[in-house]
Amino acid sequence: MKPPRFDYHAPTSVDEALSLLGRYGGDAKLLAGGQSLMPLLNFRLSRPAALIDLNRIPALAYMKEADGQVRFGAMTRQRAVEFSPVVQARLPLLQEATRWVGHLPIRTRGTIGGSIAHADPSAEYPAVLVALEGEVVVRGPGGERTLRPQQLFRTYLTTGLEADEILTEVRLPAMPAGAGYAFEEFARRHGDFAIVGIAAMVVVEGRHCRKARLATAGAGPVPVRLRAAEEILEKDGVGDAAIDAAAQSAGELVEPDSDIHASADYRRHLTRVLTARALRRAVVRAAGRPGAGVPASEASL
Amino acid sequence: MTDGVTVRLTVNGAAREGRCEPRKLLVDFLREDLGLTGTHVGCEHGICGACTIMLNGEAARSCIMLAVQADGAEIMTVEGLAQDGQLHPLQEAFREHHGLQCGFCTPGMLMTALDFLRVHPDPTEAEIREGISAVLCRCTGYQGIINAVKAAAPVLRRPR
Repeated sequence: MKPPRFDYHAPTSVDEALSLLGRYGGDAKLLAGGQSLMPLLNFRLSRPAALIDLNRIPALAYMKEADGQVRFGAMTRQRAVEFSPVVQARLPLLQEATRWVGHLPIRTRGTIGGSIAHADPSAEYPAVLVALEGEVVVRGPGGERTLRPQQLFRTYLTTGLEADEILTEVRLPAMPAGAGYAFEEFARRHGDFAIVGIAAMVVVEGRHCRKARLATAGAGPVPVRLRAAEEILEKDGVGDAAIDAAAQSAGELVEPDSDIHASADYRRHLTRVLTARALRRAVVRAAGRPGAGVPASEASL
Repeated sequence: MTDGVTVRLTVNGAAREGRCEPRKLLVDFLREDLGLTGTHVGCEHGICGACTIMLNGEAARSCIMLAVQADGAEIMTVEGLAQDGQLHPLQEAFREHHGLQCGFCTPGMLMTALDFLRVHPDPTEAEIREGISAVLCRCTGYQGIINAVKAAAPVLRRPR
């Protein structure tokens, strides 16, 4: 199908975009990469009075390091994230997750801010934001505020942003040097949204786990931080028994819904399986033996 | 509602322009306004990849992008692959290895493979499979396509 009629605006600054957003009083949609919004328009599942296209605002596309964080302008393309040496060095979990976002031609247009603001719980970036305890900056008529993931993600496709606010920046703390990480996902076809995905990071000293971070994609209405599973690892280390116990716990912590793609039980099962798989791979990486035990398809990472 | 907009862009090296509604998809603009029907319209929601074009040198879906967004952009469609009557090495490889069946997905496969081989000049078969999964072939003729991409890789690595 084709999109319905709309007013089209292509502002060149955030201030101009905010003023347009205010003018339409919640009846406008922001167009970032468009890789989720355009299909919704084509199917006429969304019929906004106006589209405010953010693609002509150069000030929203950047990556920079500051205060131990990597800060991404909301319009930074996923493809730029994928090939960024800064991301590879500081946020390898984000880089690995990016390879699961659609396909290369989708990542050409898709943006980090758009993916997070769209708040599809089965998307990869929201899970990474949760796992790495990042935050987002939003701007509205009254100025700027930062939101943590638990303030941001409310339910399916619903965030804590007000109708007159724009998500302008994503901030992720640089991962500790030597941290192990893995993003595991099961989708029916590579590039589809996750049935379930798991973002994992571990900081390991010998058999001791100094820090574990785990978050899901696709296992509920919002990405879920698996605190109790992390605590098992931080208490019992990263041996096989502890990983199995953490995976078991992960399956109990999520409350997925059933839909056309998978039943809730199957999603719980996948959460257990993928958590164990992600942790094992993360632990191998943390031990500084990249390649050992890593599936062949990962060898070129 | 916004009236017509003028879209000026470079397609396959030539300056082109047209007027359309802002809601017009780039793929429809290329086909209907510019007469370049090589780019195919498949699913219209960014899944099947038949509409893939090169946008400023990178593969992108033209069915989930507005024509007005491409104003000022440089675009290459499947019509831009062959030069002076000579098929592009990727096209040659698709012919040689039967990388097409009904041909509907072929423009998208070619443009996707072009970008894929640019960023993965020496790919493994697993990487080719993942790269090609960006486009759906409903004849399920993937093996010939994978063979063609594998065969084209060393040819494209050579300076031309």
